[in-house]
Amino acid sequence: MIMYILRRVGMMIPTLLVISVLSFVIIQLPPGDYLTSYAMGLRSQGDVIDDTEIEALRVRYGLGEPVYVQYWKWITGIILRGDWGQSMEWQRPVKEIIWDRMALTVFLSLISVLVSWFVAIPVGVFSAIRQYSIPDYIFSALSFIGAGLPGFMIALVVMWIAMRKFGMNVGGLFSQEYAGVPWSWAKFVDLLKHLWIPVIVIALGSTAGSIRTTRANVLDELNKPYVETARAKGLKERKLIWKYPVRVAMNPFFSTVGWTLANLISGQTLVAVVLSLQTTGPMMLRALTSQDMYLAGSFLLLLSTLTVIGTLVSDVLLAWVDPRILMEG
Amino acid sequence: MNNNRELLVEVKNLQTYFFLDEGTVRAVDGADFDIHRGETLGVVGESGCGKSVTARSILNIVPKPGKTVGGEILYHRKRGGVEQTIDLTQMKPQSDEMRNIRGAEIAMVFQEPMTSLSPVHTIGNQISEAISLHQGLDQAASRELAIEMLDLVGMPLPDRTVDEYAHQLSGGMRQRAMIAMALSCHPSLLIADEPTTALDVTTEAQILRLMRQLQDELGMAIMYITHNLGVIAQMTEYVVVMYMGKIVEQANVDTLFYDPQHPYTRALLQSIPRLGQKTARHGAGQRRLASIRGMVPDPYALPKGCPFHPRCSQMVAGQCDQMEPQMIEVAPGHKVRCLACAGV
Amino acid sequence: MTTTESRDNKSIPEALEECPAPVVVSAPLEIVDEVVPADQEEERLYVASQWQLMWWKFRRHKMALIGGVILIVLYLIAAFCEFVAPYNPEDYFIRYKMAPPSPVRIFDIEGTLHAPFVYQRNRTKDPETLRDIYTEDPSIRHPIHFFVKGSPYKFWGIWETDVHLFGLEADREDQSIMLVGADRMGRDLFSRLCYGARISLSIGLIGVFLSLALGVVLGGISGYYGGSIDVVIQRVIEFIRTIPNIPLWMALSAALPADWPVLKMYFGITIILSLITWTGMARVVRGRFLSLRQEDFVLAARLSGSSEMRIILRHMVPSFLSYIIANLTLAIPGTILGETGLSFIGLGLRAPAISWGVLLQEAQNVRSLALAPWVFAPAVAVVLTVFAFNFLGDGLRDAADPYAR
Repeated sequence: MIMYILRRVGMMIPTLLVISVLSFVIIQLPPGDYLTSYAMGLRSQGDVIDDTEIEALRVRYGLGEPVYVQYWKWITGIILRGDWGQSMEWQRPVKEIIWDRMALTVFLSLISVLVSWFVAIPVGVFSAIRQYSIPDYIFSALSFIGAGLPGFMIALVVMWIAMRKFGMNVGGLFSQEYAGVPWSWAKFVDLLKHLWIPVIVIALGSTAGSIRTTRANVLDELNKPYVETARAKGLKERKLIWKYPVRVAMNPFFSTVGWTLANLISGQTLVAVVLSLQTTGPMMLRALTSQDMYLAGSFLLLLSTLTVIGTLVSDVLLAWVDPRILMEG
Repeated sequence: MNNNRELLVEVKNLQTYFFLDEGTVRAVDGADFDIHRGETLGVVGESGCGKSVTARSILNIVPKPGKTVGGEILYHRKRGGVEQTIDLTQMKPQSDEMRNIRGAEIAMVFQEPMTSLSPVHTIGNQISEAISLHQGLDQAASRELAIEMLDLVGMPLPDRTVDEYAHQLSGGMRQRAMIAMALSCHPSLLIADEPTTALDVTTEAQILRLMRQLQDELGMAIMYITHNLGVIAQMTEYVVVMYMGKIVEQANVDTLFYDPQHPYTRALLQSIPRLGQKTARHGAGQRRLASIRGMVPDPYALPKGCPFHPRCSQMVAGQCDQMEPQMIEVAPGHKVRCLACAGV
Repeated sequence: MTTTESRDNKSIPEALEECPAPVVVSAPLEIVDEVVPADQEEERLYVASQWQLMWWKFRRHKMALIGGVILIVLYLIAAFCEFVAPYNPEDYFIRYKMAPPSPVRIFDIEGTLHAPFVYQRNRTKDPETLRDIYTEDPSIRHPIHFFVKGSPYKFWGIWETDVHLFGLEADREDQSIMLVGADRMGRDLFSRLCYGARISLSIGLIGVFLSLALGVVLGGISGYYGGSIDVVIQRVIEFIRTIPNIPLWMALSAALPADWPVLKMYFGITIILSLITWTGMARVVRGRFLSLRQEDFVLAARLSGSSEMRIILRHMVPSFLSYIIANLTLAIPGTILGETGLSFIGLGLRAPAISWGVLLQEAQNVRSLALAPWVFAPAVAVVLTVFAFNFLGDGLRDAADPYAR
């Protein structure tokens, strides 16, 4: 088992290196660089900036050097010094800006996954036990709808309802006064107050999918002989359902947790833009359009890293649960 | 039939039907037999004849859409000095009373131990569960008892295997674990639903020997369900032959083998291949493997009259296809459901 | 079977041997195989081809049929959008900025039945809030005509004509029929929806077929030949899949210059979308090829002398074709949603291109959304499409699965 984990971690590192190159390349794809879009922005506002000034800035930020040099500087900075580069737009080191956002993103995703499980598992088990009953049909229909609706649309609808019914603008994870302020208990409480709408929107899609998966898995197990054995022992029906078929059905479910989490982190990008959340989505969007390359590249790299870690966690859990995988390596 | 033993379970006119969209299947349609304390009863028949449903009816775990719709199952209970007779068909499957009996006083062993044991719990866990459920012992004591039971059923290194999972044990060991689980509360009746069908012959012999030994030691009755006549001959004292939900013949085992009356029983016995067939006996080529002609009828479209008549070699036209035969006692303890045998 | 202490100390075979001789029977105990002629229905089932079987099974799936019909209608609208839309997408009506949908009636005020019509609409300003109020004048009726002459357009960019499916005969500046209301600049949203359908729906199709081509070819090579080619392709797929979908789409779209012409942008977005979805297809195809390679029927084909190409085309492809079809119908909505999402946040298609995502940009502002909820209509269109595809895909999957009941 340890060998398996070590081997997987070992494979992770070259993958991440390649990803870092890919991310950097992708960021560099648009013609020009940050300064070109910066200059364009200034010009469209009527400000003038002449070419010598731009050149001077270019030298200062090291943007004149060839791409691979810039990449090398960046990646060595990350690995050796934990320095993720400088954000042009915000004029601050990337690592100052990014971690807050990444932490919130991960936190939000974790909560959403937990909420979705909390809802999906009991509903799924219930639907399986009472197959073809009316509540089962209702839940199935709801799950179908929830799984088909894209997140950003749900976000729009929710915002619209809030605006119409309550006259509130429900965007953002913090109220005005806490937005740029360092962390405190009060800020955390404020976060919790604002958390529930984003969580509902984000969790909706994965909850619907989880309900269907749970229902299918439990249904598969319900008719198996070991359930009958438990019944023949004289156990209470409710107890034996949860101890035996549900427990077996949950194996594949829980072992995909890493992958689910990674998916969620990616999927909430659009929702975050709609709801103006202080997570990675909106900031990455800006970084991409303004070609703030170190910021955007770091985002891509970090998000990919999260995906890789998530996949690793899922694979390890799967191997723990099903020893045959260990033998295949 | 043993007159000197007390009655343990009396099944009277048991009817268990399955209500499906396509129609109603009469899985058990009027079964009558008795089980005495300490006796081994054999129930034999083809697949789909209703023997497994009968067993589940006794334990009251008939799966939906099945339901016991008629008859009685009288259980003469003698526990803790108290004697009472309960009709098991009248009890709600989920009631506390029924669950107290199930697993503790009447227990069941199933056919395929690999799939009948939970893949994610140790066998110790599964055995202890039965113990603590019915005997109210705490975890440590239950575990001790579980190890004792494993030892009793001849499991090697019981204090190690108690913590192993089903997939880590061999087929024979798994079945021993199942038996240990079923016997952990010393039931009065053990129902064995084809317990050795999935095992190889050598292991089968070991398990059969084990079961007889445990029966002697614990004094319990066994209801042995199988389609294997050889096992019937070896294990049982009294035999019940079922066909399409009805009992067609019942007798003690010697009588059944030496003097079978019902054409179905005879055909069954005949279809057993004999080793060392003598080709020259009748001087005319090799003997063909006999089989019963025709097929088991569609349960939704049972033939009129005796359900076996389309395949019966002794069918009397005009009678067997018109009237349903009743059970008649052709000799003490030997009953047959056949018009031809009744000499009608 | 060991013989232990059985009764009478005889072995079982011996005991059986002494059974009384069987009763002499009139008919020999033989297995009789009766050949029962199948009735008509069963006969048909027996000789039906694979496709016929699939079609019959599919027909029984009501929701899938509804989904299919909805999609056919939507794609027809997309194909003939210039004709179906009552106005050209850039026609604007100054008098109808942010106008609500025109109520189409068939009963007039007195309750008399007429052909469908709209009442004259007048715009006034609320004196306090300065908001526009639209009222109906029941005295003037404008019947809705079909095949009406309206703004001229080029049908599929080739023929000049000016016939529209439906519209009003009144002077355009005066009255208009706006089934879904108007946007900020007074343009008919229904017309723009129709034109948007053309882009959004076609991107879905083209994008998925591109990824299908890439996926089948690369996945097939990978699965069929195995070895180092397989390893290389698999690594590439892994790398692409490691970067999360939406951020990757965003990054690649940001790479397209904002000043590209609409057509170039269209293909750029399509290619970007398919660059990621092909990996899913490739994995499925590879998996099927890998397992099929070892199937007995492939071995049998090979032994009977078929060439490799024939084996692939005639034997292997049909057995996973059904999977692919089902996968396609579930991948298309993903692509449509991708384009919609990207355009919505400004990274995909941009004005003057019209897609449902671009139209949804209007809905980004929550306040305008609250005042004019019909701006949300493109979202409804997208959702309808996605659900129709989901139902269709479910039905196709069920029909293609030989093991389903």
